[in-house]
Amino acid sequence: MSAPLLEVKDLEVGFRTQAGVVQAVRGVNFTLERGGSLAIVGESGSGKSTMAHAIINLLPGTGHISGGQILLDGQDLATASEHEMEQIRGRKIGFVPQDPMSNLNPVWSIGFQVEEAIRANGIATGRKEVKQRAIQVLKEAGLQDADRRLKQFPHQFSGGMRQRVLIGMGLAANPQLLIADEPTSALDVTVQRVILDHLESLTRELGTTLLFITHDLGLAAERAEQLLVMYKGRVVESGPSVEILQNPRHPYTQRLVAAAPSLASRRIQASGSIAAAESSIAAEASTAAGDEIDLIATAEARAEALEAAGTRPPAIIVENLTKVFKIRGAGEFTAVDDVSFQIAKGTTTALVGESGSGKSTVAKMLLKLEDATSGKIVIDGKDLSAVSPKELFRLRSQMQPVFQDPYGSLNPLRNIGNTISEPLSVHKIGTKATRRERVFELLEQVSLPRTLVTRYPNELSGGQRQRIAIARALALKPDIVILDEAVSALDVLVQAQILRLLADLQAELGLTYLFITHDLAVVRVIADNVCVMQKGRIVEAASTDEVFDNPKEQYTRDLLAAIPGANIELGA
Amino acid sequence: MPDNIPSTSPTRRLEHYVAPLEETPLEEIDSLKTDGKPSNLWIDAWHDVRRRPMFWISAALILLVVIVALFPTWFTQVPPNSDCQLSNSNGAPSAEHPLGFTRQGCDVFSRIVHGAGTSLSVGIIVTLLVFTLGVLFGSFAGYYGGWIDSVLSRFGDIFFSIPYILAAVVIMSVLANYRNVWVISLAIGLFAWPATARVLRSEILRVKNADFVTAATAIGLSRFRILWSHVVPNSIAPVIVITTISLASAIVAEATLSFLGVGLPSTFMSWGNDIAQAQTTLRTAPQVLVYPSIALSLTVFSFIMLGEVVRDALDPKARAQR
Repeated sequence: MSAPLLEVKDLEVGFRTQAGVVQAVRGVNFTLERGGSLAIVGESGSGKSTMAHAIINLLPGTGHISGGQILLDGQDLATASEHEMEQIRGRKIGFVPQDPMSNLNPVWSIGFQVEEAIRANGIATGRKEVKQRAIQVLKEAGLQDADRRLKQFPHQFSGGMRQRVLIGMGLAANPQLLIADEPTSALDVTVQRVILDHLESLTRELGTTLLFITHDLGLAAERAEQLLVMYKGRVVESGPSVEILQNPRHPYTQRLVAAAPSLASRRIQASGSIAAAESSIAAEASTAAGDEIDLIATAEARAEALEAAGTRPPAIIVENLTKVFKIRGAGEFTAVDDVSFQIAKGTTTALVGESGSGKSTVAKMLLKLEDATSGKIVIDGKDLSAVSPKELFRLRSQMQPVFQDPYGSLNPLRNIGNTISEPLSVHKIGTKATRRERVFELLEQVSLPRTLVTRYPNELSGGQRQRIAIARALALKPDIVILDEAVSALDVLVQAQILRLLADLQAELGLTYLFITHDLAVVRVIADNVCVMQKGRIVEAASTDEVFDNPKEQYTRDLLAAIPGANIELGA
Repeated sequence: MPDNIPSTSPTRRLEHYVAPLEETPLEEIDSLKTDGKPSNLWIDAWHDVRRRPMFWISAALILLVVIVALFPTWFTQVPPNSDCQLSNSNGAPSAEHPLGFTRQGCDVFSRIVHGAGTSLSVGIIVTLLVFTLGVLFGSFAGYYGGWIDSVLSRFGDIFFSIPYILAAVVIMSVLANYRNVWVISLAIGLFAWPATARVLRSEILRVKNADFVTAATAIGLSRFRILWSHVVPNSIAPVIVITTISLASAIVAEATLSFLGVGLPSTFMSWGNDIAQAQTTLRTAPQVLVYPSIALSLTVFSFIMLGEVVRDALDPKARAQR
């Protein structure tokens, strides 16, 4: 082994805006050895993607490298001309973009696009050779029937298969370095695992150096030997992954470790119980980072509150619920198939499944936003299918949703005060003055200042918007809150904070949660019971501990194994 | 700082580097940054247009036209019609008659001043009509979908497929005995609304699936109330823009119809009539044609520019690029 493949020295990247230059990357240094693997971890806005794009000189918009060096094999890419970069992209550095859905051109066949990449990099000439190579590339990427699939178009491929194609294109010219920008964030967990396994074995075989970017600390540590933690454009900690995970030294890294659901879940697993997990390394981390972002502390607090309460009557009873959608020209599609479960008052049941499993449809039917085809939903002793409009109106006040997308769930033209008080005025509760008092009270419950009442959603971060959405949901003092992927779009630290808030609110107000998510790791810290859904059916339903310790179904085991970080020794 | 970074080493031992805390101070998680004034789309747009000279220029011109239309006697004491003397036919400008005379010996300046009201009234009535019809059809079609959408959209398409100028010519010819500001506005507006409806319909389709709409349903708000309190306010911005521009086209349409002789009767003070009457003397006295044309162009230009400025201001992406 000689000189390192990639050396980044004092790299600075800025974006020109109306308010002057904004520094996105501030003096980053790192070295990546030949054949090594490096993961860059950070939350959104930390500069991790910007740095990856700077390396291949594909900065968006007004971004530009304002200082430092990027040495690839001794050649400085920061000062390379556009022509030189064209020679380097694809041939020396391969790139796998984040979103497989939008990174393939829908009007060209897969074969055409792969062949284009091969021709552009001069790997093969002549129609036959190019086609041969394209088939080979796709086969390597894990598409077995590649020769048949060359003529197909992107929309005929699933997300996972598209990502395979993109990985194949990235590796088509046998580059020395492959940069993967969140290559699996848009995919289901089980698919994510398969893709990452494949990427790993492929790069090992070809001897490709791998640099990948992720927001998931567990994933990073599992897949890369070297870790680079970024925070506000700077590197706060770097080194061997396992060591950083076991012994995070920078307070920011400690926060991340404490807040990562995959690691928290793993830690509970390792130490046998939540209480034991709390006394392990997480406790140290939480002292530096504050109680509210430590997921283990959250789980612990919840477990205690639940034990104190004893057994309770069910708040929601779902029996043989089925939803069939009629698809024009394609017959029928059963989105929810004979689903039954009960949720006891004051507890949390998680509905877990991958995209298309029907979990959100169940939520819609519970909220009566969608009518069930057959089956029964009983809430507060009333069958939802038989309620009068008047009763439904009253029932709505007892059951409120919080949705996934923090940017879509608040009306951008309404100020916060009116948003939170809208449920009260619709249900004609109180006078203007008492409603105002209630808004203040709710803001306090979600830990936001009163001054927000006159402000608008666009000034708030995703986490704060989600708090407002929770406050609106709580305005009518509901018994049941349906959380449809309510924390999935948030950065881990914010996610941990919201999970803590939800746990506290549950203990304080005795709320019943239906927690819908694709992320089993989060389930471990928030839910009492779990229903695993696959293709519209509940394949396994049990208490959280049972599902995690003793999964009965293969599908559940697959999901559990797909939690990133499952193979890491945490030394707890 | 670079010293701590693992350097080239044959054994590939990775060093554990920790940045000094002073260099990377931790901020509170998800800290609240609300130092500025409250802002939303409309407030931001207002802050944006305020800084643009084109906004003030067009706004000032529009204000001037409005004042002229409301109080013509502030600007000229000469009556536009009654005081015409053929001895002044195509007469040269003088101190009392700054723009000279028409062929009939009427004061050009006075005619322009008194014609402003007609142009503006037609513009405003047509715009109100187009806005009301467009919003009603567009919002119901987009929001309720299904057969309601089919019926309303096809109905709109019928009107859309006939050029509104052609339709107005036909209507005005048929109603030759009832030509006044209301009738001409109706004739133009009745066929001009489908474009507005289409724009609003597509915006409604975009907004109606937003989570805040679902949240409002879950609160117990009726669909009809959600449409007006949540969906329409979030879809109306592009409609405002095309409405401003359609005001300009309505003024042009009135002038066109009057020029073609199917608009307002010649007894009405209108820029279109002025231009129509002046064409006979285009070679001998071009100024008689030029002045009302300038008045018309400037007014139309102001409304179009205002529309452009407002469109830029209401599009956050366009704003960020400037």
